[in-house]
Amino acid sequence: MSITATSAVTLRGVKKSYGVGEARVTALRGVDLDVRSGELMMLVGPSGCGKTTLISVIAGILDADEGTCSVFGREMHALSGSAKTLWRGATLGFVFQAFNLLPSLTAAENVAVPLLLRDVPRAQAVERATEMLARVGLGDRARSRPSQLSGGQQQRVAIARALVHEPRLIVCDEPTSALDHHTGASVMELMREVALGGDRTLIVVTHDARIFSYADRIAAMDDGQVTRVVRSPSEL
Amino acid sequence: MNFVALAMLVGDRAKYIGILIGITFASLLITQQSSIFTGIMSRTYATITDLPTPDVWVMDQKVQYIDDLKPLQDTELYRVRGVEGVEWATPLYKGLLKARLSNGNFQSCVVIGVDDATLIGAPVEMVEGRVEDLRQNDAVIVDEHSAKGKLARVLPDGSRAPLRIGDSLEVNDHRGVVVGICKVSRTFQSQPVVYTTFSRATTFAPRERKLLSFVLAKAKPGVDPHELCARIQRATGLLAHTGEDFKWVTMRYFLKYTGIPINFGMSVLLGFLVGTIIAGQTFFNFTLDNLRHFGALKAMGATNWRLVKMILLQALLVGVIGWGMGVGGAAAFGRLTANTELAFRMPWQLLGVSGAAVLIICSISALICIWKVARLEPAIVFKG
Repeated sequence: MSITATSAVTLRGVKKSYGVGEARVTALRGVDLDVRSGELMMLVGPSGCGKTTLISVIAGILDADEGTCSVFGREMHALSGSAKTLWRGATLGFVFQAFNLLPSLTAAENVAVPLLLRDVPRAQAVERATEMLARVGLGDRARSRPSQLSGGQQQRVAIARALVHEPRLIVCDEPTSALDHHTGASVMELMREVALGGDRTLIVVTHDARIFSYADRIAAMDDGQVTRVVRSPSEL
Repeated sequence: MNFVALAMLVGDRAKYIGILIGITFASLLITQQSSIFTGIMSRTYATITDLPTPDVWVMDQKVQYIDDLKPLQDTELYRVRGVEGVEWATPLYKGLLKARLSNGNFQSCVVIGVDDATLIGAPVEMVEGRVEDLRQNDAVIVDEHSAKGKLARVLPDGSRAPLRIGDSLEVNDHRGVVVGICKVSRTFQSQPVVYTTFSRATTFAPRERKLLSFVLAKAKPGVDPHELCARIQRATGLLAHTGEDFKWVTMRYFLKYTGIPINFGMSVLLGFLVGTIIAGQTFFNFTLDNLRHFGALKAMGATNWRLVKMILLQALLVGVIGWGMGVGGAAAFGRLTANTELAFRMPWQLLGVSGAAVLIICSISALICIWKVARLEPAIVFKG
């Protein structure tokens, strides 16, 4: 893997609030952050510090109230709602805390979903999904349903799903919080081995200190702001 | 993504079956009740449809439906025969007379007197005997259901035996001898139908100045029956309808002046509402349960339109299956009750009506879900 000087994500003065009047809660208070192309950046911090809001803004799921968010040179606020949805489908891969696999689909069919959303024919999509499952070590479980897989295996399926359409940015939300330490570590090793490559960038939101060592850089957040960006967990 | 939508739907067996039950129940109730309603309505004009030969029915100006008898003078028959375009015209007597049964009880019967010479107006389908036997002395033909039921002979031991050829019955104190058993549509009030000749029917009937109920006429080849009706009305001052028009006139009368449509309409409406509520509620719950998955799909790049198509496909699938099962159930009910007093008639148009009702139920259910999914914030997937 190679981290380039090119910026994958650039955030400047990003602010975001929820609610109105007395119920107004400020989640982001002017975030400045650069995520480089090809790196694994972790966003860490206590609950409620704004990590999830920040990746939602980066992923084009939420709009910033103020400031600019640029992903691979594209300004998020310049995209319409539907354009943003299509852009997400082409550019982003997601790994969720709760896996979010469709229980009635097999592992291969779940992995094929991002391709199906891009109108790849079903047979071709499932074939590519099966190949991707083999890359994450689940080649023999392609026909299994999520309920037949362990938590770690389900997260591997989710990683395969995030990668199958070759996105440039993968956003992971607490990918190891539902897993034990050993499984969490193997998931992170897999992410570094398989997901990072070329100019693909990973942003991982976590508060699981046991996996901080897998990051190239760590952005510490507190009270809606990025307080520090460090290279090693020991610097935190 | 169609298979993903279908897999999501079928994957949750309990909810899938729940939605199907709701739609099946609504479809069954709507189709079955509408079929009974149609069956009852078709009985109101059974006498007309059982007589396919004449093109035109001529009657008094004030007649509102087939059982609204306002007899004509005998001379009206000749006036109708004199109208240009009439191939032939025959008299028809229709009246409600009392028949005395072998056990002394009385039973009201619809007595139909057909033209003595041509026997036009006689039953089309005979089960036993021949129509021509009506020319014998005191001859009558009775319908099959009544021969086995309301007109059946009571034996000394109290049991009942079907009326057979050669048996006699008293119609308004006049002897009638059964010469045939026929098959006719049941009447609205399920009264026995007794056929005889016009001249004999007038002797059965109480003495009245006018006994000609209808004149049946046939249009000459090339003459439009509607045009012939207009000519007869102009020439005689009588009311003339084609058989099809008279059928609708009769049905409209019953629809307007009886509570039948409201009573059945309530049942159909109830089926519709219950079906909508059950199917809508279950479908909505199914969508709520899958909200996270819809959110994940949205996050992964599924547009609202794609999600709408998925939901519509799910609604269409359960709609088609539920409608099919409901209609199948109604048809099975109709077949099981085919030889009973129950009026059941399921024309193909009714399938269209119940299909449209199910479509509305599914559309309402789908719209509620679409509204929920369209407003869904994909950020929901980031909430553990």
